[in-house]
Amino acid sequence: MKIAVAIKQVPLRDSPLRINAAGTWIVEDNLSFEINEPDAYALEEALQLREKHGGEVIVISTGPARVAQSLREALAKGADRAIHIDVATLDTLRVANSLAAALKAEAPDLILTGLQSDDLGYGQTGVILAELMGLPHSTIIMQVEILPGQVRVKRELEDGWFQHIQMPLPAVLTIQSGLNKLRYATLMGIKKAKTKELKVITASEAPQASAVIEKIHAPEKNKQGQIFDGNAKTAAAKLVEKLRFEARVL
Amino acid sequence: MSVLAIVEQRMAGEVLAAAHEFGSDVKAYSIDQAYTADVYTTAVEQLVRKLNPELVVFGHTYQTRDYAPKLAARFGRVLIGDVIAARPPIFVRQIFQGKFNADVRLVGEGPHFVSIQAGAWRPIEAPVEVFTPEVTTSRQIAEPPFRESARAVDLTAADIIVSVGRGIKEKENIPVVEALAQALGAELAASRPICDAGWLPMERQVGSSGQTVAPKVYIAVGISGAIQHLVGMKGAKTIVAINKDRDAPIFEVADYGVVGDLFEVVPALVEEIKKTKA
Repeated sequence: MKIAVAIKQVPLRDSPLRINAAGTWIVEDNLSFEINEPDAYALEEALQLREKHGGEVIVISTGPARVAQSLREALAKGADRAIHIDVATLDTLRVANSLAAALKAEAPDLILTGLQSDDLGYGQTGVILAELMGLPHSTIIMQVEILPGQVRVKRELEDGWFQHIQMPLPAVLTIQSGLNKLRYATLMGIKKAKTKELKVITASEAPQASAVIEKIHAPEKNKQGQIFDGNAKTAAAKLVEKLRFEARVL
Repeated sequence: MSVLAIVEQRMAGEVLAAAHEFGSDVKAYSIDQAYTADVYTTAVEQLVRKLNPELVVFGHTYQTRDYAPKLAARFGRVLIGDVIAARPPIFVRQIFQGKFNADVRLVGEGPHFVSIQAGAWRPIEAPVEVFTPEVTTSRQIAEPPFRESARAVDLTAADIIVSVGRGIKEKENIPVVEALAQALGAELAASRPICDAGWLPMERQVGSSGQTVAPKVYIAVGISGAIQHLVGMKGAKTIVAINKDRDAPIFEVADYGVVGDLFEVVPALVEEIKKTKA
């Protein structure tokens, strides 16, 4: 079984983020990057499916040169080979178009990706990919079961509800964080990754973007909350006073 | 502007409110078919081609997230998802998990596709018609929804909730917040990553995929406040946030906040509470 996993590289969780001078995106200099968390779970799921059913795991990503580092990390964890589409774009349609073009050539049996990215948070790449490739899909997946020619998945719904969905392969699934336990790359894996194929290709032409980010800004505060900082003890005393006399729960 | 509102049971009134705010020529439809991604994509595509609206508005539900991006792509568009405010053609949505807002401008002619965040518009009542699509086939076969097990913990009944997030760092540190919950006589809850990691059971999860709570006091400890969590607790009467990151979105909804190391603040708080109660 041939499984492709689309991953995105995003700023390391809890990075201090600053808005750029033009106000159109963040300043990326001096930031560290990592594999988007739900994508890491998608990769893990692919590796576990390969262990169970055999086959190959291909990891693919779009982005500038720095993305190679995350692809190497995926190879070190056990992916067989990697494709880097060298394009610096935030446009979701362009990203999905580029991924679709590269993946059509690979014709995988299953395509996995995380349900959304920690940066843009659109949660659409996998779904658009399915449309562009003419494949069935399902989103926010908590469990994947491969059947002959079919895949049966457990999809998360709101408020603790779930649903099983079955569809023919090939298919695209977007994976929810927490459906498996992430592995670390071993020293042997890191060593092996250096010899694995990492192909760099250019992005395909894409239609004009239908929406652009004009400006990013810090959110306006809806509430004027009181912030206590400084000494933990003093802050705690002030807070308890509020819980006692304002919230009246003490 | 001509607007088509796609109404499902969840968020119906909010979607109608947003649609009527965005345009004067509003048509609202619910789809008379059992949901699968394929069926709804084709159904709403038929409706859009028939009515030719400039804007199509959805609620940002799990169902919308499952098919609306596919529908929009069919029209060469990206769905502007999870919108919190708008002055068309500018739509505001959160990025970096709520740390920033982005003003997104629609480019080119309609139809454009927008989904709105739960709680961002005050629901209204307005007429909704029923659309029965021409029969479509679905590659997905959906089984009936189910719940994993009866909920042993009903967080919705609690007056006070102490909730813990990633800031707690490791499972071994959970007793730090347990002590606070105990001192306050509160229920212990958590954000999703804590339950995913198995540090607390899933039934203690607050947020879009967990429980929605509205206690008298909600104390968020080491929780950054991603929208998936906020939707589950922003109805609390008083919200307290303890976080080391001054820019964490949780402070935007907090009535009282402490910027600091939870491993110093929480024990100090426990001590202070015990003093008061003594």
